Amino acid sequence: MIRISPAALVGLAALILLPWAVRFGFPGSEKYYLHVLIQILLWAFIYTGWSLMGRFGLTSLGHGAFTGIGAYATVLLWNFAGLTPWLGIPIGVAVSVVVALLVGYPCFRLRIKGHYFALMTLALTEFIRLCIVGLRDYTGGSLGTQPARAGNGISLYAVQFEPDRVLSYYVVLALWAFGLVVWLRIDRSMDRYALDAANQDEDAAASVGIDVTREKLKVTAISAALCALGGAMYGQYQMYIGPDTIAGLGVSLNIVFAVIAGGIGVLLGPTVGAVFTQLLSEGLRVAIQGSGFLKDWLGSAALALDTAIYGLLLVLFIIYMPKGILGTLLAWRDRVRAEKALRPPEAARPVPRRAA
Amino acid sequence: MDCHLDIFFLEAVLNGVLLAGLLALLALGLNLVFGVIDVVWISYAELVMVGMYGIYYAHKGGAPFLVAAVLGIVLVAVAGALMHYLVIRPVLDQPPINQLLVTGGVLFFLQAAATMAFGVEFRSIGIRLGSVNAFDMSFAWARIITFGVAIGGILALWLFLTRTYMGTAIRAISQDRQIMPLMGVDARRVYLVTSAIGGGLAGLAAALMVLQYDIYPQIGLQFGPLVFMICVLGGLGNMIGGFVAAFIISQFIAVGGSCMATEWGYAIAFLFFMVAVFIRPQGLFAAKS
Repeated sequence: MIRISPAALVGLAALILLPWAVRFGFPGSEKYYLHVLIQILLWAFIYTGWSLMGRFGLTSLGHGAFTGIGAYATVLLWNFAGLTPWLGIPIGVAVSVVVALLVGYPCFRLRIKGHYFALMTLALTEFIRLCIVGLRDYTGGSLGTQPARAGNGISLYAVQFEPDRVLSYYVVLALWAFGLVVWLRIDRSMDRYALDAANQDEDAAASVGIDVTREKLKVTAISAALCALGGAMYGQYQMYIGPDTIAGLGVSLNIVFAVIAGGIGVLLGPTVGAVFTQLLSEGLRVAIQGSGFLKDWLGSAALALDTAIYGLLLVLFIIYMPKGILGTLLAWRDRVRAEKALRPPEAARPVPRRAA
Repeated sequence: MDCHLDIFFLEAVLNGVLLAGLLALLALGLNLVFGVIDVVWISYAELVMVGMYGIYYAHKGGAPFLVAAVLGIVLVAVAGALMHYLVIRPVLDQPPINQLLVTGGVLFFLQAAATMAFGVEFRSIGIRLGSVNAFDMSFAWARIITFGVAIGGILALWLFLTRTYMGTAIRAISQDRQIMPLMGVDARRVYLVTSAIGGGLAGLAAALMVLQYDIYPQIGLQFGPLVFMICVLGGLGNMIGGFVAAFIISQFIAVGGSCMATEWGYAIAFLFFMVAVFIRPQGLFAAKS
């Protein structure tokens, strides 16, 4: 059981009350602000799922495949077989886990790591994206597809909740919290130490009895499952899925970069990454829409401005702040604390002699 | 599935061979950079895209195609050197995966910058070279020229690496990164020159690709994954392996694409790649260590 600190309780309470704050604070544009919050939480969940394995040096560019499988399996089963997402999502998650294990087992067994692992998983992403595009009779090809709307768009049976933004918010908030719990459980398990050891020196880890392949597979399966669940919920909320919005290399890279920007290896790092990337793109969009000058100057090119800045920031982050935003802040806080602890107490310090 | 061993099948195979020349050239630049600097440029295909736009605008601006092509090659060579100087060098002592990711940031930046500067339209340089017809088969001149120039470029690089002092230094560094600086080789300079050559090869590929393909900001995503796959299949850093792998992969694409929808050819190529790497993780053509 995980003990919840008072600060976390306050934070959670604040997040639960947030939609009401939005309702009073921005009565006119409540839907928009809630949409931004939902996006942040949804992606934060997916990023957290990726960071489960990413923090142990398993830099996968294949998670765009898992989000894609989750989203497409759920929607296709609903649209063509009438299967409720209550079953469709578990099936999508299961398929993702099987794919993850099929690719992961040989990779870990053969010790494919670093560049090679990244490029192998990149191939997986491309393969799944091409399959999605190739099955265009069902998936709509590169144009994407929509889950069939049930009634007015709110349905427990169809797991649809998009028109009610407050409800959507609570659904994804629960999802996000679930992701954090999974992260904490792994962080405090023996697996975490085993994986840390394996990340530093695989031979040494194996020599003290760690089944490296098994440990890696375990965390890979959990990570793939969370991302598939996240992809499925993304589809249910957006009511649209496309091979480039929820699958493919772009999604994979976005996941990796957001986590790096936020901070890999800290609980809220991926969430900070999601906040950062979403606010960056939304903020720029609002700034461009609001400024006649920027709009005239950039025209339709403005749409790509956020990606350009994003790319530039990523380069700067990796060069100057490889720990990410939250990781750097926490390291700074720890350093300040350590310095305070080392400094002798006031009374013990020599009294400076006043200059005559 | 509609596939017979007829003249169209042969045409697809031969077109695959022609495509292989281009892919081999693309893989070569990436392999050179990886073999020497131990860095994967995820944004490699985006450098090609930059080169294509450079050549397109130089040609539209009145330069004859050959001049535009040379300008494009120089442009991408400079871009390659800049990328090493600005982006790679600061992270050389970080974990290798960070070096790969930092070029991913460059990928996003270049793609978005191209979208902002040139828009999302497909642009064609508008040079039509016609095609050769033989035995009911037809081959575009652009592809034949591409194949010839690509092979020429590969030979030129081979001569450079084996016959010049700089080339020898580059090969030496790729064999032992620690020792060579002690032998009086300026590793920083070798890295910079290698990056420029890698960029130059991307520029050459760009000059050949503008003859065949429309230019748009996302074109890198179409070629990039393929090129990485070829490099890994041949053994990252192994240039001969990459050359052979290009011929294998291009057959999947050409033949698969002619028998089924295009993306199934690609999908099968990626599947083959994954299975092949599991069977021979060091690359298909790596020497046994």
